[in-house]
Amino acid sequence: MTNTFSNDQVLLTIPMRPDMELAAAKLASVIAESMSFNDDQIEEIQLAMIESCINAFEHSQSPDQSVVIQYIISTNGLELKITDQGIGFNPTNRSKRRSSQPDLHPDMRKRGWGLEIMNTLMDSVDIMSGENGTTITMVKYKTA
Amino acid sequence: MANKFDIQTRVEHEYAVLETAGYLNDSLGEQLSKKAQELIEKGYTQLVINLDKTALINSIGISILIEIIEALDERDGTLNFCGLSATQERTFRMMAIAKYAGIFPDEKAAIANF
Repeated sequence: MTNTFSNDQVLLTIPMRPDMELAAAKLASVIAESMSFNDDQIEEIQLAMIESCINAFEHSQSPDQSVVIQYIISTNGLELKITDQGIGFNPTNRSKRRSSQPDLHPDMRKRGWGLEIMNTLMDSVDIMSGENGTTITMVKYKTA
Repeated sequence: MANKFDIQTRVEHEYAVLETAGYLNDSLGEQLSKKAQELIEKGYTQLVINLDKTALINSIGISILIEIIEALDERDGTLNFCGLSATQERTFRMMAIAKYAGIFPDEKAAIANF
């Protein structure tokens, strides 16, 4: 993300506990509203945030059981960095994951949609993952 | 952070409506699935799920909705959704749910299209 002006940044750490993804989503909503994103864009940001947190909760196996979220505000848009200290994953393999139960309709599989939802709802999604953790960076650009 | 949720059920002669309120995650999804299963076992194979009061939904909640679609498929039943936000509808369509369940703007349209 290219910035014309210096960034404002908000930092949030959440424990990997049920519904804590809502705290991250609500803060994203407040920040996005302050940036004059419209209601649809705010909902898209919230749902993408929820999926990124759930992804960390379910798969990271992070020893500190926490997720750090940076909300970076710029004139171009809102950048979200969701970081865990877990074991990492291969995003290419993850998108092909399936439920343990067979799906009746394979094109409507039950699990493994998180990354596709993030990609659908945000303008860009980038994943950096290794043995020391994962950072998902998502951007929603301001539109004129 | 407590997630307050609720499910209201309305039963008519040929169909039933399940109306959710709150964040549709695994907890609300499992309760919804249980209520849907009870209705299916009573012979209701035309169900409406009204999501008008559910502002946020996650992929685990959606996976449980897919299980309800599959349970109805096994009885040659139909599930129609209504009250979705534009973003929820977009997500459902991306996940191919619209191929196997109806998506309508309101309850009246969902019921009329069984």
